[in-house]
Amino acid sequence: MTEVSMTVNGKAVKADVPDNTLLVQYIREHLRLTGTHVGCDTSQCGACVVHVDGKAMKSCTMLAAAADGAEVTTIEGIADNDLHPMQTAFKENHGLQCGFCTPGMIMTATDMVKRYQADGLELTEDAIRHELEGNICRCTGYHNIVKAIADGASKMTSA
Amino acid sequence: MYETKYHKASSVADAVSLIGKSDDGKLLSGGQTLVPTMKARLAAPSDLVDVSGIADMHGVSISGSTVTIGAATTHADVAGNADLQAKCGGVACLAAGIGDPAVRHKGTIGGSIANNDPAADYPAAMLALGATIKTNAREIAADDFFVGMFETALEDDEVIVSVSFDAPAKAAYAKFPNPASRYAMVGVFAAQTADGARVAVTGAGSDGVYRQSDMEAALDGDWSPDVLSGVQVGSEGLLSDIHGDATYRANLVKVMARRAVAGCA
Repeated sequence: MTEVSMTVNGKAVKADVPDNTLLVQYIREHLRLTGTHVGCDTSQCGACVVHVDGKAMKSCTMLAAAADGAEVTTIEGIADNDLHPMQTAFKENHGLQCGFCTPGMIMTATDMVKRYQADGLELTEDAIRHELEGNICRCTGYHNIVKAIADGASKMTSA
Repeated sequence: MYETKYHKASSVADAVSLIGKSDDGKLLSGGQTLVPTMKARLAAPSDLVDVSGIADMHGVSISGSTVTIGAATTHADVAGNADLQAKCGGVACLAAGIGDPAVRHKGTIGGSIANNDPAADYPAAMLALGATIKTNAREIAADDFFVGMFETALEDDEVIVSVSFDAPAKAAYAKFPNPASRYAMVGVFAAQTADGARVAVTGAGSDGVYRQSDMEAALDGDWSPDVLSGVQVGSEGLLSDIHGDATYRANLVKVMARRAVAGCA
């Protein structure tokens, strides 16, 4: 067992966990934050993406112990009051059908928008599709997700 | 995942000591290959020694024409380094094409070359650039480092600290990614170095990364994509699997090499 302490969605948390606990298991099973999903369990689908120290990472592909001391943001922690602008954009653009991949899509989306805006780069449709390489959706065919991210990106600029 | 004991190393010396004391330990860097392998129960190290937090093993530094990259530097940090983009864009561009954004935020150059996956991208760059791999104990030339599929010259408790290479006059990487896994079906890194042209191929060889010496000789005479048309790439020793047979890969080696040379800046 290893004691891990980290900040999740602004709240300090601490627990004694077996060393082989994945970050996603810790988030879902210990903290009961079940918005972060496990889709493939083989590090390909991106449903488990969270932000660790401000960067998008697959929480199924890192140990909770390795996130000791980190600041973690999950889908539950991105909205201030109502919905985050990216969540609104997914809703308005019908960027989801079953919704299983959506938390990971939104965490990847907000990460890419932040990076592109910080670097002063234009987030083109091609760039969005390239950046979504690690997120799999089996319903939508991606078109509305790409539209939603472009819309969300413009809302994040104006926000 | 089987049980394991996690250790966070505070320094290179600490990592060497922890791995030495372990029963059947493994070094953990970004873990983007090791963690999935452990989840699939294909690896069951008794101990994991996490080197990702060791400050000395991070960052890209350029001194004169020598580029040094710390072993725990993530693909995203290599890809986004403005100095490296100016000095050796081929390496930055290669890093930007590994996996996906989340993988690039975590995976590291040291982990990639220590694992020496036959379809990994970095080994091709290291070999084509004639890089030197620096460990806690010694310096190993890339030509001696990559021994075979998933095999390197590293000893069990040896820790890669950094890699360094002389910035080439020109270099570029071209890969044909597997449409599903995004690993290289074939990737070719071509570099015009002080020692002449060097061409390294990943994804194709059944012994892992290798140099295509006939292409190097041709490029030494005339650095142009067209000169490669005259080079015959045989299929002996190349991988055959459900994604493509050896003849298909042999052709891809040629096409990717042409694209790499054409893309050289």
